[in-house]
Amino acid sequence: MKYVDEFREPALIQTAVAEIARLADVPRQFRIMEVCGGHTHAIYRFGLEQLLPPNVELIHGPGCPVCVLPMGRIDDGLRLAVEHGAIFTAFGDVMRVPGRNGSPLAQQARGVDVRIVYSPLDALRLAQQHPDRHVVFFAIGFETTAPSTAVTVRRARQLGVANFSVFCNHVTIVPAIRAILESPDMRLDAFIGPGHVSTVIGCRPYTFMVERHKKPTVVCGFEPLDLLQSIAMILKQIRESRAEVENQYARVVPWDGNDAALTAIADVFELRPYFEWRGLGFLSQSALRLRDAYGEWDAERRFPVAGVSVADPKASQCGEVLKGVLKPHQCKLFGRECTPEWPVGALMVSSEGSCAAYYNHVYCRAAATTS
Amino acid sequence: MCLAIPGQIVELGSEPHLATVEVSAVRRKVNIDLLSDEPLSVGDWVLIHVGFAMSRISGEQADEQLRLLRMLGEDIQAMEELEGYRFE
Repeated sequence: MKYVDEFREPALIQTAVAEIARLADVPRQFRIMEVCGGHTHAIYRFGLEQLLPPNVELIHGPGCPVCVLPMGRIDDGLRLAVEHGAIFTAFGDVMRVPGRNGSPLAQQARGVDVRIVYSPLDALRLAQQHPDRHVVFFAIGFETTAPSTAVTVRRARQLGVANFSVFCNHVTIVPAIRAILESPDMRLDAFIGPGHVSTVIGCRPYTFMVERHKKPTVVCGFEPLDLLQSIAMILKQIRESRAEVENQYARVVPWDGNDAALTAIADVFELRPYFEWRGLGFLSQSALRLRDAYGEWDAERRFPVAGVSVADPKASQCGEVLKGVLKPHQCKLFGRECTPEWPVGALMVSSEGSCAAYYNHVYCRAAATTS
Repeated sequence: MCLAIPGQIVELGSEPHLATVEVSAVRRKVNIDLLSDEPLSVGDWVLIHVGFAMSRISGEQADEQLRLLRMLGEDIQAMEELEGYRFE
């Protein structure tokens, strides 16, 4: 209970913890997956697992966009800069993701023109400032960031910026959840639904999880109290044999999502027939690409892209960790060959990756207390 | 990239798709095309992702979000992101 005093509203936290203990007081295991990487980070950072009874287990899901990006996409994207002289732009999270020929940051050190941007609009601006160069924006993220890429592409067309294109890696969360639910080693009881993604897509897309798969799903905020309350709501559903989509984060997430954002996505993007996810393999209808009408701004149409599929390093077990079959520390490379300083797999790169979160908040803390 | 930065709108109108927001005394322009369903006003609070206002929130929620970023150790990163917006 060491952290509770630091939280806002400690009395409410205590109440939620007590409610969870009461609801979980039956001889069975409760396996709950938090889909979103932001939740994974918060759970580790706040040490929330220590507040849960041993039979309530949190499984960390696929909702970290950097973590599910296959290595081949980094290689293909970087090739646009290495072989075609384009300026490669991406969010900071992407910079340390290892490709077969090194991460974008490693390529930058070798003199390749790789630049961090904080918004896709920054990449567009860069293209306007360098009319003699081509600027590629390496787009990544779930539905939280896809609308901003869509608006940027629309803006490029409106302004007639011809030396700008998007290397699109946007993925959609529902097919990943479906793949996990249909996987033969699936042993989950319920889901903590993503927060920011749901501000865009709303709560309706999760209906299949409760209707078809009978898994209670609670869309949840990022405060410690949000997470604990959502876990209590899930346990209550399970104990009452209900399976419903509930919205614990209604103060930010509208039930129907953000119409302007959904319209922008639908205008600019269409679904790819299939896309490779790290750890989950090829999933059909799970990712976005630019529509024909915006083909001029699609890096994959403007440049030859090899589309190579690169296997993960042999000994790494990113896939098993990503599906919740293994805990981060159960991977053979964890903390030895693979650390946040020298990541082998993408789960160790982002602060939202379960391996990096576990390493920083559990493993290092334990090491500090024992040494 | 997944940070949600709370900001208060302090200026509108220079261009229809932009608003100036203030976060902890730092001012930057953000895109407001994704909140076009209802008109925004000066003084409104929004959550910002990668240079775009994505949702409307209350002032109290904005305070909560700032505190949450601090608790998560992401406040410096959030300000770095905000100060990094260079598109206008």
